Amino acid sequence: MQELSLYILDIVQNSISAGASRIEISVDEDTAADTLAIEISDNGCGMTEEQLKRVSDPFYTTRTTRRVGMGIPLFRLAAEQSGGSLEISSEPGKGTRVSARFVRSHVNRLPLGDVCGTLTALIRLNPNLDFCYMQSLDGRSFSIDTSELRRILGDVPLDNPDVMSWIAGYFNEQSELLSGETDQTI
Amino acid sequence: MKSLAELQAIRDKARMQMQMRKDNSEAIRVVIGMATCGISAGARPVLNAFVQEIEKRRLENVVVTQTGCIGMCQFEPIVEVFVPGKDKVTYAKVTPEKVPRIVADHLVNGNPVMEYTIGSVMK
Ligand SMILES: Nc1ncnc2c1ncn2[C@@H]1O[C@H](COP(=O)(O)OP(=O)(O)O)[C@@H](O)[C@H]1O
Ligand SMILES: [Mg+2]
Repeated sequence: MQELSLYILDIVQNSISAGASRIEISVDEDTAADTLAIEISDNGCGMTEEQLKRVSDPFYTTRTTRRVGMGIPLFRLAAEQSGGSLEISSEPGKGTRVSARFVRSHVNRLPLGDVCGTLTALIRLNPNLDFCYMQSLDGRSFSIDTSELRRILGDVPLDNPDVMSWIAGYFNEQSELLSGETDQTI
Repeated sequence: MKSLAELQAIRDKARMQMQMRKDNSEAIRVVIGMATCGISAGARPVLNAFVQEIEKRRLENVVVTQTGCIGMCQFEPIVEVFVPGKDKVTYAKVTPEKVPRIVADHLVNGNPVMEYTIGSVMK
């Protein structure tokens, strides 16, 4: 996988499989510290300490269709190859948090890629779940929280085509603003 | 203490299930494999192509959902199409370029695109 946004999509699938109803994704870039941090946290079934230990082990999976689980090992590899690291914390019945840290300027650091494509895919496929996406760059930030959108939408579902295109439009506007303003300050 | 957000999530979930029950009996279901194998093989652009095509044609009776790994990773992206009253059709190695024909021939006109199915791709 050549984009961090695809790893995000994959790690969020774990949260969905764990029965999560709310998944928070954050991408935080700090140019001075030269870091890019991705955090995915969910309120799914969580893992016991025993399970958590085995997840760090590649090839651990609770799926029955295939014996190997590659999602977390691949994400860890992507982080470590760019001089970063991956951490997972989890509590049964509470949820799970996956945090990856990357060295932002490292040659092997994959591009963030189409995060908007990942977010809209997740919402379109799971209109009944809540996603909160937060992105920050050097302390400035924007966020999209489907639970807030729902409050406005009432009966209209999130996967309504007009709603979906509003979400994509809002995302692109906000992320342009975020990266554009930095260019001005440089 | 229960939060308002929680209450709204419960309310929306109940509404969604009502809609799903209705959809299950009438709607065509397009199910895309979204496990690690599917995503790394290109499931995201395939999904977006389906969504675009379905919206372009204003198809109201199609539900797009996801599934995990079904154990045939080498054939991902895999898309399963369930038309009510018909056998499931499994498409393998789907690309965004194949999607308009699957939507036109299969979802609209009811004729599965045999050359894109897993049986043909395996040969
Ligand atoms: N967010 C999560 N909540 C609960 N369990 C998880 C979560 N993420 C991962 N796991 C557990 O770790 C296992 C390995 O995950 P992963 O490496 O992504 O492989 P796979 O998803 O293919 O099983 C999963 O099968 C699941 O048991
Ligand atoms: Mg996984």
